[in-house]
Amino acid sequence: MSRIGVFVCHCGENISATVNCEKVAQISKELKGVEFSTDYKYMCSDPGQTMLKEAIKEHKLDGVVVAACSPRMHEPTFRKACSEAGLNPYLCEMSNIREHCSWVHPKDDLTTEKAEDLVRVMVEKVKKNKALNSIKVPVTKTALVIGGGVAGIQAALDIANCGHKVVMVEKQPSIGGHMSQLSETFPTLDCSQCILTPRMVEIAQHPNITLYTYAEVEKVDGFIGNFKITVRKKSKSLDEHLCTGCGLCTTKCPQKKIPNEFERGLGFRPAIYVPFPQAVPNKPVIDRENCTYYIKGKCKVCEIVCPTKAIRFDQEDELVEIEAGAIVLATGFDVLKSDFFPEYGYGKYKDVIDGLQFERLASASGPTMGEIRRPSDGQIPKKIVFVACAGSRDPAKGIEYCSKICCMYTAKHAMLYKHKVHDGTPYVFYMDIRAGGKMYEEFVRRAIVEDETQYIRGRVSTIYEKNGKLIVKGADTLMGAEPVEIEADMVVLATAGVANHGAEALAQTVHVSYDAYKFFAEAHPKLKPVETNTAGIFLAGACQAPKDIPESVAAASGAAVKVAALFSNDELTREPLIAVVNRQAPPVFSSCVGCFLCQSVCPYQAIEREEIKNRNGEVIKTLAKVNEGLCQGCGTCVALCRTKAIDIHGYSNQQVYTEVMALLND
Amino acid sequence: MKIGFYPGCSMKGGAREYQESVVALAKVFDIELVEIPDWNCCGATAAHNLNKELSLSLPARIMALAEKEGITDIVVPCAACYNRLSVTKHELAEDASLCSKVTGIIDLKYSGKTNILNIIQFIDKYITDKLEEKVVKPFNYNTACYYGCLLVRPHAILNFDRVEDPQSMDVLVKKSGGNAIDWAFKTECCGAGMSVSRTDTVARLSGDILKDASDRKAEVMVVACPMCHSNLDMRRPEINKYLDEKISMPVLYISQVLGLAVGLDAKTLGLNRHMTEVILPDKPVKNAEPAEVSKKVANPEKMEA
Repeated sequence: MSRIGVFVCHCGENISATVNCEKVAQISKELKGVEFSTDYKYMCSDPGQTMLKEAIKEHKLDGVVVAACSPRMHEPTFRKACSEAGLNPYLCEMSNIREHCSWVHPKDDLTTEKAEDLVRVMVEKVKKNKALNSIKVPVTKTALVIGGGVAGIQAALDIANCGHKVVMVEKQPSIGGHMSQLSETFPTLDCSQCILTPRMVEIAQHPNITLYTYAEVEKVDGFIGNFKITVRKKSKSLDEHLCTGCGLCTTKCPQKKIPNEFERGLGFRPAIYVPFPQAVPNKPVIDRENCTYYIKGKCKVCEIVCPTKAIRFDQEDELVEIEAGAIVLATGFDVLKSDFFPEYGYGKYKDVIDGLQFERLASASGPTMGEIRRPSDGQIPKKIVFVACAGSRDPAKGIEYCSKICCMYTAKHAMLYKHKVHDGTPYVFYMDIRAGGKMYEEFVRRAIVEDETQYIRGRVSTIYEKNGKLIVKGADTLMGAEPVEIEADMVVLATAGVANHGAEALAQTVHVSYDAYKFFAEAHPKLKPVETNTAGIFLAGACQAPKDIPESVAAASGAAVKVAALFSNDELTREPLIAVVNRQAPPVFSSCVGCFLCQSVCPYQAIEREEIKNRNGEVIKTLAKVNEGLCQGCGTCVALCRTKAIDIHGYSNQQVYTEVMALLND
Repeated sequence: MKIGFYPGCSMKGGAREYQESVVALAKVFDIELVEIPDWNCCGATAAHNLNKELSLSLPARIMALAEKEGITDIVVPCAACYNRLSVTKHELAEDASLCSKVTGIIDLKYSGKTNILNIIQFIDKYITDKLEEKVVKPFNYNTACYYGCLLVRPHAILNFDRVEDPQSMDVLVKKSGGNAIDWAFKTECCGAGMSVSRTDTVARLSGDILKDASDRKAEVMVVACPMCHSNLDMRRPEINKYLDEKISMPVLYISQVLGLAVGLDAKTLGLNRHMTEVILPDKPVKNAEPAEVSKKVANPEKMEA
């Protein structure tokens, strides 16, 4: 016979305005197994909790039902109170008579009756509840940061400065990401390299950080606190310990006309190269696809000139195993390919470039040493048209969302141009100017007022070349959709920011969910913005959605704090509301027949194989086993199990049936 | 092979040479075009501005008549007719109650399964594969392919070629041995139905189109729409006056270009019917190899994706 206590909360007037709480308490007292029942204005308040604790002790309660708000709101509060009174917290349940009843129904006897029903259901469930203990999982206090752009750098430094080990994996030969390509940054116009490169150096020198560049994550196993990661270090064809970074090899390489990725194709590089002068690590790699030796079997000029004999043509890729307790994804973004807009002539006309290419033109270390010169003939353009939303907010041809950063960088581009070419005229075609952010709107106004940028509200329909000029045709919608035609010397397209090439594959490797645009998905858009649905994996920067630098850095620091919090204990405590495979006495061992349908549907890879062996060490049965660290208690496996061998602690089939029967037997 | 043919008003009037050339070209490839019996007006620009049901009933009747004849493919050379038939097919497929209403009006069985092909789709489906082997006189001219508005729009319904930078006609011209030039006015407006009411506007719009092609050394312009043709060809005096320069570039239908390439004579193709005299000087073929056609261009749908 149970001794259950029922505590009905008025929630001020939130519940009592439509539900007769006193009556609910009275009726509940009559229920079989209910020992004590009461109502109170605020059960969650200190006196309310004290009342609950005293009742547990006084009436020797072995189960508690709190009829109040949603368990999402106060279940932890009441479970903690029960625990303090000596009752196992998982013997406490909440009956939601606020969101499910008082808020959605008028004041009526029926509303009170519904509240009574909801309490009765929970009383029946509590009778079937079992005492559960929270799960302890050990934590490896090393974080893996994937991606070495500004977000990855920030997250890695923050975690490392908390005293934890960090392994950073970067795909490119150098860390720095897109930010290292930028000229100056909005809204303060400080030099991107100047604020970034010191941090890149810090990464390389930090005693807690191990850096793998030219490397990719190949496999991720394990779970929160205990990930096992395989990283492929691509061969750099170089002994990094011997190489001094003198750069002689890069000057002597006979291949000199390979389009430079860092310069967005506006310059060239040799086959053995350092992506940019401030690269970290500042040591070259051989691009085997373009190297004469790998193509034709002879050359080896770099090997001959290398003073330290560091070149290794036969070096192979290396696989490194890493154990980490947490993962931060900071893989950044890409810019949309411009063939969505054949009418803008990107790729056809040399002087139609994208925003990132303009950054290189404006950069002091760029192909023109910071002078704005057009790619076709090196002339200084006197008229530049900037096209905002080239692909963004365009469900027909591009992407539906706003890329967020373009309004600001386009204003910055116009400004930089005007600062360098005083007699030039910048035009900006835009849909709306979205300049939400500290000092952002002021920055755009400055571009318009002080730097006399001609902002035209309308879209560009087509761009074509005529007599060495680019004719830009568009409409000015603030002037009655008047057609506008500008003879420009150069056009800059603010192409949309999209998910990184390969983001989908990485998400599948790491086991995180992603959205329709292949951006990684956060666990909650507002309250869990840096967490993923996979415990122990966090997000930083533009791999989640287009973000500017301050936002990426803030998200990275947020992710770092989550990692640090995770690492603050030697063991993790998890709610025990997870799936469990039943066990029985031999020779049955379990009703599980080892079909492993559960394994194929588990979204968290939490089902493992367990072999039962006899005393001779022979396998006599293979059972499914739930990994307590990985299982999130979703219940998909329960629904699919043909032999009813799996159940969820706290939400067992029996408990749920009991709840249903309590309603039907009324 | 029996394929339906919907001429519409223009093939019987101002664009007789378009029909003549399409029929002649089809014959070279052993294709018989069957005119849909008792066909009616497609509704063109007037009907859908006045009465939606009428604008759908007219094309629906044409398609229903074709079905009755057991015709599965209808060739619609006029871009405006093609647009009206395609839009009607789409709208009736999307809305069952509208469809039953319209079939009630026309009092004919309508399944909506007939394929509507514009001239380029027709050529691509039945001729392109065999075209290169039949070319006896490569069309060795700098050619500006002009698509106009209705051939490729609205993309959501037609799903044909790239809207702003179409390529399908360029591919055909290249396969006929021609040099399809890259130019800027492929889909600019020619002035269309304003030909009569605002000839000055047509002269300006069509003039700019011809001027750009001419500046880029085009020797001939190719179209696939009788309306475009009449503006670019017939309005030449007004255009020349607007441009203050004489542009003598002839404007040909794509069917005429292909017809010349496979060796049909000028008279059969109706070249004599153009207002702007068609003078195409014989030119030595630069290389015997057919012009290389980039695979990238051959699949416009893929590029859109």
